[in-house]
Amino acid sequence: MKYLKFIAIGFVFGIIMYKSQAVSWFRIYEMFRFEAFHMYGIISSALMLGIAFVQIIKRRNIKNIYGEEIQFTPKAKSVTRYLLGGGIFGLGWALAGACPGPMYVLIGAGAYSILIVLAAAILGTFLYGLVRSKLPH
Amino acid sequence: MIDAILQPWPWYVSGPLIALVMLFLLLTGKNFGMSSNLRTMCSIGGAGKVADFFKFDWKRQVWNLMVVVGAVAGGFVAAHFLSADTVIDLNQDTVVALESSGFINPGEKYVPDEIYGWEAVTSFKGLMILIVGGLFIGFGTRWAGGCTSGHAISGLSNLQLPSLIAVIGFFIGGIVMTFFILPYLL
Repeated sequence: MKYLKFIAIGFVFGIIMYKSQAVSWFRIYEMFRFEAFHMYGIISSALMLGIAFVQIIKRRNIKNIYGEEIQFTPKAKSVTRYLLGGGIFGLGWALAGACPGPMYVLIGAGAYSILIVLAAAILGTFLYGLVRSKLPH
Repeated sequence: MIDAILQPWPWYVSGPLIALVMLFLLLTGKNFGMSSNLRTMCSIGGAGKVADFFKFDWKRQVWNLMVVVGAVAGGFVAAHFLSADTVIDLNQDTVVALESSGFINPGEKYVPDEIYGWEAVTSFKGLMILIVGGLFIGFGTRWAGGCTSGHAISGLSNLQLPSLIAVIGFFIGGIVMTFFILPYLL
């Protein structure tokens, strides 16, 4: 039963993502052509509220449901890995028109050919694991 | 009210709700990031035998797979019971650009047949688009240590400079693909 809440959170996430159209290839294409505010509005409004949530949690020392301190792990400092890895991810995001979260939402929505993208993304993650020690980070 | 739910949700509804999803995950002792489950799936499949990167106690990451299960179910319910139609109300400039690339009625369906339809997927070029797209997504997101949710939402919400660099990287890649590669592919 401890997993039920995560299924519920994922369920809500799936509905929001589908209804926002952020999982549509068309919206991603339109975003990268800077022809609509829609995607930027989603990201920036999520971000503004997200920043507020994180600040409130830190300043008021809000605990999680288990009464533990909420941990924010700082991201490792680097430029190379974020710019190069991020760039490769961006190429894929614009090509397939989906990032990891939306892939799952699209499977549920019945766009089954996204399973090819998912399988390739798992393979891509595996390939990264194989060559990781040879890449700059 | 019911009608508003059945219509596409505007950005000022969707964005704040996504922030709430992040908050729920923080309150349940986790983090919002949708790409780390790909690494977990590799580990479950036995990738730890060939690369140390996949040697970790994946059972601690099962929660993440449960989020995935929920997201699939949410997509199903939203598409089948909570949507009046599948039309994407694109900017007219976007429609014209897609039509000049040979797209028929862009935005009429939720995802384009020209990319995800049966005919496209069973052609060599179409299959390559999905496979290369997926490979880049999986490889890039792990190298960058996160995707849109992990960096653009979670990382930036915590004011992380690395996440800002990653998001800049996402957009460099996305713009290069959209303006300099896709025109030759579509």
